[in-house]
Amino acid sequence: MEYVDLHAHMVSRTTDDYRRMAMTGCVAVTEPAFWAGYDHPSAAVFADYFDRLTDFEPKRAAAVGIEHYTWLCLNPKEGEDRALAREVIDLIPGFLDRPNVLGIGEIGLNRVTRNELATFVDHVELALEHEQLIHIHTPHLEDKYKGTRVIVETLAADGRIDPSRVMVDHAEEHTIEMILEHGFWTGLTLYPTTKVSPGRAIDMVEIYGPERICVASACDWGDSDPLAVPALVLEMRRRGHPETLIRQVVYANPVEFLGQSPKFALARRERETTTG
Amino acid sequence: MASPQGTSPLTQRELIDTYFMDHRVQVLELAAYLDRLDRAAALDGEDDFRLRATREALAVLTDGEKDRTLRAQMIFSDPRTDLLPSLDRKGALGAYDADSAES
Ligand SMILES: [Zn+2]
Repeated sequence: MEYVDLHAHMVSRTTDDYRRMAMTGCVAVTEPAFWAGYDHPSAAVFADYFDRLTDFEPKRAAAVGIEHYTWLCLNPKEGEDRALAREVIDLIPGFLDRPNVLGIGEIGLNRVTRNELATFVDHVELALEHEQLIHIHTPHLEDKYKGTRVIVETLAADGRIDPSRVMVDHAEEHTIEMILEHGFWTGLTLYPTTKVSPGRAIDMVEIYGPERICVASACDWGDSDPLAVPALVLEMRRRGHPETLIRQVVYANPVEFLGQSPKFALARRERETTTG
Repeated sequence: MASPQGTSPLTQRELIDTYFMDHRVQVLELAAYLDRLDRAAALDGEDDFRLRATREALAVLTDGEKDRTLRAQMIFSDPRTDLLPSLDRKGALGAYDADSAES
């Protein structure tokens, strides 16, 4: 089945992974800028990283027929450094016109500090100023509940934010309801140990319905699986779900959300097919 | 007709037929983990916030009430929403340590 992996850190993956993703039906990935596992020493490193995300990676993906899109930001794990954040945010407008940039992300919070929130808000301002979609990382483990609440309440209090243009990712059982009830899109990340299994993701689709829910592997340099989305497809079949529902979750929903950017070619093609 | 929201398409019997073996082993792994803690070289973790949260969450699984996953998630979560004044550490630990939390 065709699918879009909405959250995949392909800079950390091999060309073999791209090929296996293509062989299992992946037609597009979107890659948020993230933490490399260590702090970057200067803004110059981010310029190089953004260049890779907007030039090298789309070429690697295209070689196996996958469309590669990206989101740019200073990630939440480095958001505490306000001086670095300002320098990186100043760099971003120079990359926004590149053809595979869909928006600002993955911004958000890590330990939920004052500086992290200030850096998050600066990125939201940048997105609004340049009419960009927003992709949001919510914190892990014991910090997820409070971080998601702070993010959702901050955005809900800002009348300029259209929640249908915002993806609040990494939802779990205790955060999905507050995200959806505020009108945001949400993502369930199929990642071992620290996030959600296919079984629990399917539970949430059953409980809340499929509207505004996407799934992704969030594969990166850690223990993770670039084929997590096709694994979910198999598991949804095992759980008795029809092909139409599976396609909505792994393909139609991400195409609808991402298609709000005119750069997302898959949505353009879908519209052309349906309108003849 | 689509199933009503909140309902699993499979019956209880089908769920058990398909998933019993997967979860049987998970129950045994948890039981063995608790036994191993009893046999540990030193009983120096009885008050560890992670073990306390694990025991509290296990009680939720067998109390017969609904929403076990949601309630277990909240046992592991920091319930506060005030911001930390500055970054104390980079990573999360998996459970909220109320005793060592800054007020
Ligand atoms: Zn990520």
